[in-house]
Amino acid sequence: MLLAMVGSVAAIGMGLAVIGAAIGIGSIGAKAMEAIARQPEAVGDIRSNMILMAALVEGAALIAIVLAFLVANPK
Amino acid sequence: MSAILRLNYKIFLLFFAGLMITSSLFADSSDKADADGHSGYDPAAPAFHHISDANVYSIGPWQIPLPCILYVPGEKLHMFMSSKFHITMPHGDGMVAIDRFVLVGGRVKRIQDSSFPMGEVELATSHDELHHMWTSMEVNENGTDKTLTAFTYNGKTYAMDSSSTADGGVFGGGITSFYDFSITKNVFSMFLVCFFMGWFFISMARKYARTQGQAPSGAQSLFETIIVFIQDEVAKPFLGKDWERLLPFLLTLFFFILGLNLWGQVPFFGGANVTGNLAVTMVLALVTFLVTLINGNKHYWEHMLWMPGVPAPLKVLILTPVEVLGMFIKPITLALRLFANITAGHMVMVIFVALIFLFGDSGNNPAAAWGTGIGSTLLTLFMMAIELLVAFIQAFVFTILTASYLGAATEEAHEGAH
Repeated sequence: MLLAMVGSVAAIGMGLAVIGAAIGIGSIGAKAMEAIARQPEAVGDIRSNMILMAALVEGAALIAIVLAFLVANPK
Repeated sequence: MSAILRLNYKIFLLFFAGLMITSSLFADSSDKADADGHSGYDPAAPAFHHISDANVYSIGPWQIPLPCILYVPGEKLHMFMSSKFHITMPHGDGMVAIDRFVLVGGRVKRIQDSSFPMGEVELATSHDELHHMWTSMEVNENGTDKTLTAFTYNGKTYAMDSSSTADGGVFGGGITSFYDFSITKNVFSMFLVCFFMGWFFISMARKYARTQGQAPSGAQSLFETIIVFIQDEVAKPFLGKDWERLLPFLLTLFFFILGLNLWGQVPFFGGANVTGNLAVTMVLALVTFLVTLINGNKHYWEHMLWMPGVPAPLKVLILTPVEVLGMFIKPITLALRLFANITAGHMVMVIFVALIFLFGDSGNNPAAAWGTGIGSTLLTLFMMAIELLVAFIQAFVFTILTASYLGAATEEAHEGAH
């Protein structure tokens, strides 16, 4: 019973981490679109920087997900 | 436009037929693993089976045997082809136990009980008989409860160990009774991709030497754009004047990851999940980590360990610990990102196919199964298109992040104050 509870709390934690990353990546994408609309000739630079930033934001979420995994599988 | 539509129509039909044929072969797996009294279909089991490594290379129902190299402490090295297990179609279970090793769902497991005879022991004579032998067993090992796969033989239940993993039990593995150094499906795929990459690039390099000064043709046109893209968009902006020395490393990383990502995307052809294996991505990240450390110059270490122009207590309490932690977190996230993205892609595909069995109620409702089949074929095709994009993006992200870490490590000091 307690083990099942731990699992579900970890799942909530995973969900929260993903919400954070989604907000972050969403605003990166929105700003990148805006920047491309303002300066279409800089599309290449903006795109690669956008992917780099999205990857960095994703990294924080991944750490949270792995920590949630560790909590969900107690030794 | 109509030509494209016609082509898509053909691809859809081809894919639909392939999906129906393969899934009908696996339809009887729905009643498997019902140990805890659950009825109905569990999509998690085939999904996890699909993303895991195997000692056979399965293409549809056919199981291609691969060499097994198994090490048990205190015993001789066990080496044999996995065909010695007498593999059954379509699940890849072995009808014969060899030196207490058993093949379950394509993976080698070892019987824990030492009273089980060594040598070749026939467990079953047919696939159906074998199918009803598998159960599970609760054991308590060093204070933790584990559920192990087991089988009943001559009225006795034998529990089986999986091979040892290097994660120390964090992801549900740990050191067990044996180590698996086999040429597994993943290792074989890696050899295959390395061979093809070597063949491509060596023959292309020869062609460049032969046709010097002429316009590129054939495969050259494809690879030259990718290589120039990595050179101009990744290596030059991040690495400064060092780019020429480190470009081969970045290109190797990019094409190795891309090749493996794409190899895993080939439908009905094994779908080896190599870059979705934590061990593989961990080693790739470790290489990046070591190259960064080796190339790190004086400024890098100075800023890492003793940031100039900051009060000493602040350095000792906050900056240095955070920087040192960041040094390790960077490669860890690099490994996890690739692993999570590729694994998620593979799992989503299997779960879309599993929808057919969920709605078809394990074959009791054929009409719903056919209806869902059409829908899930479309969904799977759509996901495969997205995954094709992800294959390129993740290879690019790994390369660009490696380049940015390397760039930070090799950057010369700026003029003036910080």
